[in-house]
Amino acid sequence: MDYRNTLTTCTYCGCGCNLFLESIDGKLTGTTPCKTSPVNEGKLCIKGWNAHAFVQSERRLKKPLLRKNGELVEVSWDEALDYAASRLKDIRKKNNPDAVGFFASAKVTNEENYLMQKFARAGMGTNSVDHCARL
Amino acid sequence: MIDQVKQKINDLLSNGSVKGVVALVHTNGNVAPCLYQKGDDLDKLCLGDTDSAGDARYPLNKVLVTLSRQYPDEVFGVLVRGCDERGLYGLYRLNQLDPERVVPIGIACPQSLALQCECKKPWPDDMMAGETSEGIDQKGVANAESNSHSERFSYWKGQFLKCVKCYGCRDICPMCFCRECSLECEDLVSKGDLPVEIPVFHLVRAMHMADRCIDCGLCDEACPADIPLRLLYKKTAQIMNTEFGFTSGIKKYEKSPLSLMGPAPEK
Repeated sequence: MDYRNTLTTCTYCGCGCNLFLESIDGKLTGTTPCKTSPVNEGKLCIKGWNAHAFVQSERRLKKPLLRKNGELVEVSWDEALDYAASRLKDIRKKNNPDAVGFFASAKVTNEENYLMQKFARAGMGTNSVDHCARL
Repeated sequence: MIDQVKQKINDLLSNGSVKGVVALVHTNGNVAPCLYQKGDDLDKLCLGDTDSAGDARYPLNKVLVTLSRQYPDEVFGVLVRGCDERGLYGLYRLNQLDPERVVPIGIACPQSLALQCECKKPWPDDMMAGETSEGIDQKGVANAESNSHSERFSYWKGQFLKCVKCYGCRDICPMCFCRECSLECEDLVSKGDLPVEIPVFHLVRAMHMADRCIDCGLCDEACPADIPLRLLYKKTAQIMNTEFGFTSGIKKYEKSPLSLMGPAPEK
């Protein structure tokens, strides 16, 4: 019997609420807000309270999907990245760098977001960078 | 007090009378619910006190219900205060826990915590550590009712308007265990809309708490909008007491009047 409460930070937004992910024998069973966290003092929003729900969800995408003939099909990472890179290049060439926009995410790390805006500005040449919450 | 609790848990685990004990652990600067099993280090055991008494309490009975659903044949120990024991009695009554498979480890709350909680019984019947504090008179409801109807109406309307519909009051509640919840029934509560339906949302929950609420106050502590939920549930509990002479979790095997058919039981 392996019962655990793992302290972690909510991935839904940038507030950084601390919560415990409850697991029994490796399967996530619940979320509890951390009372001793100075950030959220034992409180969470509805998304935080359900932070355990998506991690092991069957509906979660496990492979990249590419739309072919109007339908999404699973493809390899190589194929997905090649396609994305070639289309980004095409669009940039045919229009201008500002034809492309970049959305950062609260679900990734600060460093990953840094890399994304760096890629947008230095790689693509656009300042069109925004946060996913404005989608 | 904590040494007595450690000793008791150690005894229960080493003589094999329980599979594990649900309590709290103080680790990496935080307090968390924890399951202690044979051979586990009890050094970091914690009773839920950090800056002040009982400021890091968690719904341990909820953990127990989760574990019991997964391992229905095992016996578990659980750290309980007065409110948690009332919760155990309620969960036995509602067939969510089997009293044969639960070993409570009862501790009394200090006077400061009893006062802060306005707790009428800050100790469990089955107490193994701590000293009994005095029960506190229930004045909160009477105070709130000293205002006029219109003042109270606008006060509660203002409180309910603050709700961000996080469902934290339900999710933290050790007495909420239903697999289907009325608050997720779209005929009562529309999905994704704010402000919340006033007063349906909060009154549905208050009604469901009438014969369940054990006055632990975890809902108050979990509410990001500081809605005085505990006061609301104290009121519904008071109605149950006045009308039926029933208080949730005070007597071990007492049935709720709301689950009986026929005439009202004698007070």
